[in-house]
Amino acid sequence: MKQFKGFIYKEFLHVFRDKKTLLLLFGLPVIQILLFGFALTNEIKNARVAIIDDAKDLGSRQIIDKIEASQPLSISRFISANQIASTFKSGKIKMVVVIPPNFYENLMHEKAGKIQLILDASDPNTATTLASIAIGIIQSYTMDLQGETKLPLNIKLETRMLYNPSLQGSTNFVPGVMALVLLLICVLMTSVSIVREKENSTMELLLVAPFNPVIVILAKAVPYFMISLFNLIIILPLSVFVLDMKIMGSLTLLFAESTLLIVTALTLGLLISNIAATQQVAMVVSLMGMLLPTMLLTGFMFPIENMPLPLQFVSNLVPSKWYYIIIKNILIKGLGIEAVWKETLILAGMTLILLMLSIKNFKTRLA
Amino acid sequence: MNEIPVIQVRNLTKRFGTFTAVDNISFEVQKGEIFGFLGANGAGKTTAMRMLCGLSKPTEGEAIIAGFDIHKDTEKIKRSIGYMSQKFSLYEDLTVVENIQFFGGIYGLSKKEIQQRTPGLIEKLGLTAESDKLVSSLPLGWKQKLAFSVAIFHHPEIVFLDEPTGGVDPITRRQFWDLIYEASDNGITIFVTTHYMDEASYCHRITMMVDGVIKALDTPSNLKTQYHAASIDAVFFELARGAKRKAD
Amino acid sequence: MNTLLFLLQKECKQIFRNTLILRMIIAMPIVQLLVMPLAADYEIKNIEIAIVDEDRTALTSQLIQHITASGYFNLINYGTDYKKSIQLIENEKAVLVLHIPSGFEKHLQKEDNGTLFLAVNAINGMKANVGSAYLNQIIRAFNQELRLKTIVGQALPLMPVIEILPINWYNPLLNYRFFMVPGILVLLVTMIGSYMCALNIVKEKEIGTIEQINVSPVKKSYFILAKLIPFWIIGQFIFTLGLFGIARWVYGIIPQGNTLILYRFLSIYLVAILGIGLLISTYSENQQQAMSLTFFFMMIFILMGGLFTPIESMPDWAQWVARLNPVSYFIEVMRMVFSKGSQWDDLKNHVGIMTLFALFFNTWALINYKKTG
Repeated sequence: MKQFKGFIYKEFLHVFRDKKTLLLLFGLPVIQILLFGFALTNEIKNARVAIIDDAKDLGSRQIIDKIEASQPLSISRFISANQIASTFKSGKIKMVVVIPPNFYENLMHEKAGKIQLILDASDPNTATTLASIAIGIIQSYTMDLQGETKLPLNIKLETRMLYNPSLQGSTNFVPGVMALVLLLICVLMTSVSIVREKENSTMELLLVAPFNPVIVILAKAVPYFMISLFNLIIILPLSVFVLDMKIMGSLTLLFAESTLLIVTALTLGLLISNIAATQQVAMVVSLMGMLLPTMLLTGFMFPIENMPLPLQFVSNLVPSKWYYIIIKNILIKGLGIEAVWKETLILAGMTLILLMLSIKNFKTRLA
Repeated sequence: MNEIPVIQVRNLTKRFGTFTAVDNISFEVQKGEIFGFLGANGAGKTTAMRMLCGLSKPTEGEAIIAGFDIHKDTEKIKRSIGYMSQKFSLYEDLTVVENIQFFGGIYGLSKKEIQQRTPGLIEKLGLTAESDKLVSSLPLGWKQKLAFSVAIFHHPEIVFLDEPTGGVDPITRRQFWDLIYEASDNGITIFVTTHYMDEASYCHRITMMVDGVIKALDTPSNLKTQYHAASIDAVFFELARGAKRKAD
Repeated sequence: MNTLLFLLQKECKQIFRNTLILRMIIAMPIVQLLVMPLAADYEIKNIEIAIVDEDRTALTSQLIQHITASGYFNLINYGTDYKKSIQLIENEKAVLVLHIPSGFEKHLQKEDNGTLFLAVNAINGMKANVGSAYLNQIIRAFNQELRLKTIVGQALPLMPVIEILPINWYNPLLNYRFFMVPGILVLLVTMIGSYMCALNIVKEKEIGTIEQINVSPVKKSYFILAKLIPFWIIGQFIFTLGLFGIARWVYGIIPQGNTLILYRFLSIYLVAILGIGLLISTYSENQQQAMSLTFFFMMIFILMGGLFTPIESMPDWAQWVARLNPVSYFIEVMRMVFSKGSQWDDLKNHVGIMTLFALFFNTWALINYKKTG
């Protein structure tokens, strides 16, 4: 036991002496939370649009005022039809609102008006959002015109937003960032650390010494385990105080499940370290092989249901996907173990399989 | 021996913050000499040598290496010297021949010259069968000999060797020193640091560094006489007893 | 000049001998480029809705028909048990649950008012928003239709209606892949370039061969050039593979604009990116440090690059950061050339800034990389 502690201490020294790695281990999670919290969103907050006003009447002025007054949109300039292409080419303006001649007259007399929205759909996401914002503004203008007219047969829709009444983005991504950070850092660090000893041949030294090699490996994992837990302790309060996120469920369960994911990640790192002969290989596999898949297949950036079936299947193999579901349920819905036992079991099962694979692999290499 | 020393060092000092690694050393080395820089680990040998090679800037002091000023003409110095470090510094993932060709090339040898000299070198080292094998496959002793030969491939005036014989058996070490003798006979000045005291007796003159200062500078036999010692080891013990700096 | 050739020869031999790594840095991006764009799709479709109809009249079934016929929704459950439907939200099987209370039609006809209840799983803010917006639209249209059908003969106050026609330029089918594939290719080339370059140099530091170079008359600039050039070539190769092999051949995505423009920009871009790798290597003593630093910066560059979330949505301070991010420029260039067919002149700004980046990073690295310590 004492030897074990000695090893752990040595590993901690390794880690903490390396300032640049510390930057990654502690800096990145914090920065990611801040970025996702404040900078990364699909909401349009301040989009500039151009107007082609061929009507120049009361109606068009009212619509233009409404657009200008709206928060997400602001009017950049007035252009003519032949300037659309050049406006788009510069890349700053993504929507042109076209009000045809006699707009107000048609609206009042024939009760039918037309407005065209020309969108730069090279970014389809922004285009769709801009269009729906514009549609919303125009429809509310229509309702303004209806004014006091009382209508028969009114169907009203009462909407209740569950779990996230203020429609904050943070509820969606904080669990995702937690998953991403824990998984990537643990896998990367553990695998590289073990392979480095292999490369430096200090591994042989350790293996030849009179104790169980398993202790050596475990000792490598422990500091990263603790650092990851510490990261959680930083991320959660940060999200609560800076991002106004509310923790609905049990903190204990949260930490317990996170511990499970950390162990999964560490085991994965172990497996990679078995297969990789050099640090370079370990790094490339951990980093490049895992970064994009984890980001995209966990389910917090893009909905998994939208993906083609084979990809949905693959996403089931990504441990962070299960963790994300579990954390969402605990953090945001405040549910307990009864709701997440299935996913927990899956995660635990993955860990066991990975562990068995690595141990087997490790033993065969020693033999 | 020539009149102008090929290495002239005066009051050379290197400080890292408040720590003085090399403290005001002065000496001269003649052409063709095998000059040994002895001392315990941490005494300042490597730091001193790195300054002479142009790898590190002196804090104070002067030096003329192969006729060039250490402060002003480091690039010219580099062209006239060879270097072999503790880690042997050959590319493990290149073959024997490729390493020779590469280092010959960056030292300015023409393709023709390289082609002419390479076979002789390989044969002399006994590496003909291994010439197309990766250096990583060579045993340690052969790597060392190869590294040395590569270091003098371009016929430099001086070759600096930093603890070149670590980790090999005495016979292999002896063979290595045969190569050094040969180079010295050909007019190459050898500047070698080591903490193997028996290698001291292979040198023409040696200095002993303790705590960054040169405590002795003479031929091995003179030193033994001076300190009434039977071996250089004993001389070293005598000088290093009061050393404040321990290894590393 | 000769020295440079010797250096290049050595670098190439070393890189190409390391077949495992070589295969990985080519295979991995290709696989990811194949697979990732399939995943990165923001389009909201097949929104899962459950409907609880306690009224079960002709009217309500008409309404439900309208909802299912709209094509936006996927009706996953239809029943009368409200509790069960809420469970569907809890299990995240449904995004929306529409509750039609009993007596709805009667109340509507008698009192001219009827209320429907909608519960939304708002965890995924976007889906919730879009889903409830669509449903609102459908119900309103249904409402209007109902009025027109029912009130016959009476003077129905006519309301003005504005028809809104959205027209999508450059990507009329709103194909997300057209947008994602070039972007992901940029990310991959960036990661590999900076990463491998940094690691490569640091490895020489770790092994000690860099000292051998430092002691020789090799010029700093030549040494660095010899490190950059092979990776520059590899970067071009991977880009080509991705552009023609995957984007064109697999996805059928062809740039509207001139492909040569892309390559010209890529050439400058690679110098900047490799410069970053170089810079990182001057601050690292071993591979782990190089890896940590590269990962740290790459993560930030990728997230702030404007690929996954638009730069226009960022607050001002973040937009400034994005402006300092070389990746965002290339992503924009890709988009502009691919979708809009922009010309070299349109990209003047981007080219200028990228050149500045390239000069900046490489100069800084060169200064840092001192042979004498």
